Amino acid sequence: MSIFTRGLSAACLAVLTALSPAVAQDLELTITAPAGAGGGWDAAARSLQETMVKTGNAKSVQVVNVPGAGGTVGLAQFVQSAKGAKDQLLVGGITMVGAIITNKSPVDLDDVTPIARLTGDPLVVVVPKDSKIQTLADLMAAIKADVAGTIWAGGSAGGADHILSALITQAAGADPSKVNYVAYSGGGEALAAMLGGQVTAGISGYGEWQGQIESGDLRALAISYPEPIEGIAAQPLKAQGVDVELVNWRGVFAGPDLADADKQALATAVEKTVKSPEWQEVLKARGWSDYYAPADEFKAFVASENERVHATLKSIGLAE
Amino acid sequence: MDALFQLLNGFGDALAPMNLVFAAIGVLLGTAVGVLPGIGPALTVALLLPVTFKMDPGGSLIMFAGIYYGGMYGGSTTAILLNTPGEAASVVTAIEGNQMARKGRGGPALATAAIGSFVAALIATIGLAFLAPILVKIAVRFGPWDYFGLMLIAFVTVSATFGSSPLRGLTSLGIGLWLGLIGIDQLTGQTRLAFGIPNLFDGIEVTTLAVGLFAIGEALHVASRHLFAPEKPIPIKGSIWMTASDWRRSWKPWLRGAGIGFPIGALPAGGAEIPTFLSYTTERKLSRHPEEFGQGAIEGVAGPEAANNASAAGSLVPLLTLGLPTSATAAVMLAGFQQYNIQPGPLLFVQHASLVWALIASLFIANIMLLVLNLPLVGLWVQLLKIPLPWLYAGILLFATMGTIAANPSVVELLLLSGFGVLGFVMRRYDYPVAPAIVGLILGPMADSQLRRALQMSQGDPMILLQHPGSATMIGIALVALVAPFVFKGLSRFRQDED
Repeated sequence: MSIFTRGLSAACLAVLTALSPAVAQDLELTITAPAGAGGGWDAAARSLQETMVKTGNAKSVQVVNVPGAGGTVGLAQFVQSAKGAKDQLLVGGITMVGAIITNKSPVDLDDVTPIARLTGDPLVVVVPKDSKIQTLADLMAAIKADVAGTIWAGGSAGGADHILSALITQAAGADPSKVNYVAYSGGGEALAAMLGGQVTAGISGYGEWQGQIESGDLRALAISYPEPIEGIAAQPLKAQGVDVELVNWRGVFAGPDLADADKQALATAVEKTVKSPEWQEVLKARGWSDYYAPADEFKAFVASENERVHATLKSIGLAE
Repeated sequence: MDALFQLLNGFGDALAPMNLVFAAIGVLLGTAVGVLPGIGPALTVALLLPVTFKMDPGGSLIMFAGIYYGGMYGGSTTAILLNTPGEAASVVTAIEGNQMARKGRGGPALATAAIGSFVAALIATIGLAFLAPILVKIAVRFGPWDYFGLMLIAFVTVSATFGSSPLRGLTSLGIGLWLGLIGIDQLTGQTRLAFGIPNLFDGIEVTTLAVGLFAIGEALHVASRHLFAPEKPIPIKGSIWMTASDWRRSWKPWLRGAGIGFPIGALPAGGAEIPTFLSYTTERKLSRHPEEFGQGAIEGVAGPEAANNASAAGSLVPLLTLGLPTSATAAVMLAGFQQYNIQPGPLLFVQHASLVWALIASLFIANIMLLVLNLPLVGLWVQLLKIPLPWLYAGILLFATMGTIAANPSVVELLLLSGFGVLGFVMRRYDYPVAPAIVGLILGPMADSQLRRALQMSQGDPMILLQHPGSATMIGIALVALVAPFVFKGLSRFRQDED
């Protein structure tokens, strides 16, 4: 059936391109979400799909899930199938940057064309409510006193949570290679360890633990965003004298070897979409923060993030 | 009271038309496969896994549970009319049931099996609904060390209960544990044993292993013994209804069977076979007509049939609350949960409360459907046995392959499936149980992660496993369960030598 629909849409596309010059409104897009249904990348892909069609920046959008290995399976497939394609996008983010390095992926983000950075969410540093640690300063002192005895819980190894724990440890003046980070499959599973008081501190996306922070089961010490966020009581690390910032960003990429005109068309369609009031509503509903950056800025940002993540993973001992 | 309220909510969900349809499909399929010899509920659920991965999780899990219960019902039909148990849990039923059928009392035998199954499943499902939340309250306090201890118990008991010897079970488990190592390690993000093949980065799919070992292995095994000639079923003679004396002799065994089946099914070592044997011996001892046993005593059908259905409900307790499968079908159902990214365990009742309670409520509904289906439709089920085996198994091969490819279109997956199929055939041929391999693949990576998390939290000190009373006790139980069979064997040999 999918071969049939693909054939059909290819036929439609051929007719359309024959009739009219390729403008954004005729865009028939396929967005690859390199994760299973239900995750953050899948949600980003589907929100983009919905908004692009609603705002008329694309005629139709199809989302394809290619889960596996922190997004590197989807990335490898995308690099092969989207070469020069003007109707293909891939969702990615900081976790993919880490996974490319730890999995020694044969393809990386240099092989794709950055189109736009979309969202950036804060991570939150918490301790269980019964913990002796009251403030970020207490936590920094605890790290400095006993780095291996400070046990962290958070999401997958080499991901944004893990990287933040290493950056904070480094800022506390301790050796990041001694970070005692216990990886869980996600914030939900790590939550059980937090509530059970088995670990010292935890890191997750703010949204994932918002309920427990508001109910008082977890004490939020700091967020990793550079500036304070409205509605979040916890202050940034930077504002509390710890010079660390980390944003869990998500963006979209196009395939390799893309013609400049096609890249421009895609970038324009995405830009128009994220500047629409409909997208602002999506951000609000999902609890995401706007972190838009256009193609060129995004490209430079990805390169600097890659360097920073690589250096951090190297300091932990997860990369060479 | 909270459980009762949640259960009522669950009924609201389970009575939604779509879920009723899924439950009906489940019990029909389950009864059909229970009737067919060699095709059990585990195989059927394994076959359906790849097909249902895009369906609504609630609906397909309700269907799987229907298959599980239905399989327990259907197995008795073949055992009674054909002297060929459809699945292992019906072996005992065949002893008395077939004798009854030969004497023209097939009708009452089938009736007491069906009504007994209904009564027992009803009692056991009530037990499940009330026991599960209590167990969950204990389990949320589990640390990684406790989980590790629990998984050790599961490893040992699963290998010891399935199959003909603990050593064979442990070998099968070892294969599963080894396969479980393949892929990206959760705690370090590094790949293990993947040999640079991207399809292996996320590990071996449990469904691929389950379909390969159960479905393809079984089909190859049957094909290798193609001279196998099915027995002719005994036609039902005389009245299908039970007499007053049949009722009088049946109701106590039903209740006792449920009492034996549910707790044993809920134990990590349980399974469905042991309670049926226990129930049979109990009834034989308590009966006022011990001389009838072996000649068609109705108690010998009523008790074991009640016991095997109660154990099916019992095995859902550790599956839902701890994520521990205690039977082959439960192991495959666990894979069913995981394909929706739902991890059974204490958090299941928090994160997916409505799903769990809808599932439990649907068990009550499935149970009623089964009673309605089974009494009048026995004749139809017997017709199923007339399908030529080559057709049946060729169909299974095709369906298994297509399902796996549809879920995961890649050449690597197809090669893995074929490899596991051959492995499953070899294991059957040499009498190695396949269920421990699947349990190993599912629980191995979890045990690995939990052990290393525990060691991380103790900064490398293994004594942490013994410092916590919960994990120390469980590791002790696992050790005893591992060593005891060998010790008893040694002792009995020793005594024989003395004689």
